[in-house]
Amino acid sequence: MNKILLIIQREYLTRVRKKSFWIASIVVPFLIAGVYAILIYLVVNSNETKTIQIIDESGLFKGKIESEKDVSYSFINKSFETAKKDFFKSDADILVNIPKDILSNPNGVKMVGKKSIGMGTQFDIQGSIEKELRNIKLKNANIDLKILEDNKVNVNAETFTLQEDGQEQSSSSTGAMILAGIFGMVLYISAFLYGSQVMNGVIEEKSNRIIEVMISSVRPFQLMMGKIVGVGLVGITQFLLWGILTFTASTATSALMSNKIEQKVQTMQKTGLNKTEIENFKKEIKDKNPLAGIAQTVENVSLGKLILCFLLFYIGGYLLYASLFAAVGSAVENALEAQQFLLPVTIPILASFFIGQAIIQDPDSKLAFWASMFPLTSPIDMMVRLPFGVPNWQIALSFTLLVLGFLGTTWLAGKVYRVGILMYGKKPSWKEISKWVFYKG
Amino acid sequence: MSNILEAQHVVKRYSEHTALDKVSIEVPQGSIFGLLGPNGAGKTSLIRIINQITAPDEGIIILNGERLQPKHIEDIGYLPEERGLYKKMKVGEQLLYLAQLKGMKKAEALEKLKHWFIKFDIKDWWDKNVEDLSKGMQQKTQFIATIVHEPKLIILDEPFSGFDPINANLLKDEILELKQRGTTIIFSTHRMESVEELCDNIALINKSKVVLHGGKKEVKNRFKDNSYTVQFIGDLPHESGIFEVLNTQALEDGIIQAYIRNTQEIPVNQLISHLIQHVELKSFNENIPSFNEIFIKVVGGEANEIL
Repeated sequence: MNKILLIIQREYLTRVRKKSFWIASIVVPFLIAGVYAILIYLVVNSNETKTIQIIDESGLFKGKIESEKDVSYSFINKSFETAKKDFFKSDADILVNIPKDILSNPNGVKMVGKKSIGMGTQFDIQGSIEKELRNIKLKNANIDLKILEDNKVNVNAETFTLQEDGQEQSSSSTGAMILAGIFGMVLYISAFLYGSQVMNGVIEEKSNRIIEVMISSVRPFQLMMGKIVGVGLVGITQFLLWGILTFTASTATSALMSNKIEQKVQTMQKTGLNKTEIENFKKEIKDKNPLAGIAQTVENVSLGKLILCFLLFYIGGYLLYASLFAAVGSAVENALEAQQFLLPVTIPILASFFIGQAIIQDPDSKLAFWASMFPLTSPIDMMVRLPFGVPNWQIALSFTLLVLGFLGTTWLAGKVYRVGILMYGKKPSWKEISKWVFYKG
Repeated sequence: MSNILEAQHVVKRYSEHTALDKVSIEVPQGSIFGLLGPNGAGKTSLIRIINQITAPDEGIIILNGERLQPKHIEDIGYLPEERGLYKKMKVGEQLLYLAQLKGMKKAEALEKLKHWFIKFDIKDWWDKNVEDLSKGMQQKTQFIATIVHEPKLIILDEPFSGFDPINANLLKDEILELKQRGTTIIFSTHRMESVEELCDNIALINKSKVVLHGGKKEVKNRFKDNSYTVQFIGDLPHESGIFEVLNTQALEDGIIQAYIRNTQEIPVNQLISHLIQHVELKSFNENIPSFNEIFIKVVGGEANEIL
């Protein structure tokens, strides 16, 4: 068997066989599913309908304030003092007193609760009163409510990007933003997670002192590339497992929670809520599914193109950064020493992540363009731009630059690696490392 | 006897120093070759060049009549001074991996490994993790890794360092057995007693240069100083015009031991006849320098000059 294949095989199998690999592969999806379950639980349970008693001294509101999803109103004819005395015997949660002079004194509303009143409930009640109060004031000012209603125009523009062939393509930017965020995160996490695994692997070989036996059998470059590719395959395996398990676990969670959701929908129907509110509630739950974002999006960029670009930039970016991590690993003897040399490697990763967030806000800025061309930032930043639609020539140029970039870094890393792995005993300086590049292999 | 390995005018420079300065050595086929020298002399640099870990700046290496090239990796077995194993791997799996990297087929490697595991009586180690092995056990494992692919040339860098006496003896026996089967062994060391015992040829490297090179006997003869150890009864004059007494020591039963130098370099028989004119001779031995003495003389002498 080819030696580099043997190395890839060993690097892959030793990592995949570790318990920690399986723990991480299983725990993460269950954590995601767990968070999802908690979110559903909160939506179903926390928004219990509060019963609210209103004493309307002004007489302006009776019949005007309607119950909503989370609050149910009833009007009582008692003085505030008596009502307060009876309050604890009643099944109401909150007692509201609207003063006689509410029109001139909107701050005179008083609320008492059996427990402290939540902000959400407070705003719901205040909102209902404010809305009605405004109507009354408008009426008093002789403004016809109907005219006002008619003047309420809702502009909901659909956005399109115009293609050169004159076709209009709908660009759903929320979906794109979600997808861009996911791409950015995956690449960002991979660069750190698997890059440092490569580095630790190199350090391990060096501190175990097996390195010299190894490179008397294979070329240092073969060993380095075998390790980089092997760890890369571990990464792909892990992401596949995460994807599959997250999908399975989230689907299972929504199946398990469906009873609860159904119950909630029924109680909502009983309390006489209208259909849109129930639909909204159902949508809210659906949106909390971690995979919903991806499924909803990809409308303006074809899925195939996205996946292809993702793979190309993922692999290119990984090779570029992993080789730099390998070079750092070869120059030091333990992870602690590596910190000093890691800075120039981690700064571009961090930078491209932050630039990526700016790109989501403005995908066509100059910054976005240059960041998606420069090989150290393009893997993350091009992927962030991609869901917003990027011309093909830019993708091609960026990828070409990335390929040149990783050929450059692997060449450079190979040179440093070759010398670094045999250096023991002293921590090299930057100057020394730069000299290694010119040693004759 | 042909040479399995020749280094011709090899130069290796690092930024601040020259590690090898026009180093030339010849290693005869089937011999045990001692590469000697103090720490930092350049032994490991030369070994790394032979193993193609680094390349020389000048000069060439000839292996088996051909210029050194990547395919030769499989002909060499190398036990570095800084040696280790993957700690988290199983012994058998690891040896199989290393053997395959040396170009062996899996089935073939398995076969050969079985042979060594039986020979060293370590069959139950196969599934043990390397980190659970004692140091001596790890050394055996490393040795098997070095020789399992039956290389023509074995290079051992300070092989005895860290070995307990039992394992050191085992290693010595294995080295001799390999030699009998026609394998050439280069070992680098600064332990002269093992050189004395095992080597047929040596090269002494000091400060990046070969300062001594040749067969064991030849080198020793070069360092003979015409001195003899004699034991006798009687009185030996200090100066005779033919020999000079360097020191004397009284032994038991009136026997005296003396170191004498044959100042006129006359034939040994004549020297003996001179001696028996003065004393009753009990024993007569030519002083042959040990490698330890030669080493100290060559390396230490220079060191003293500097001081």
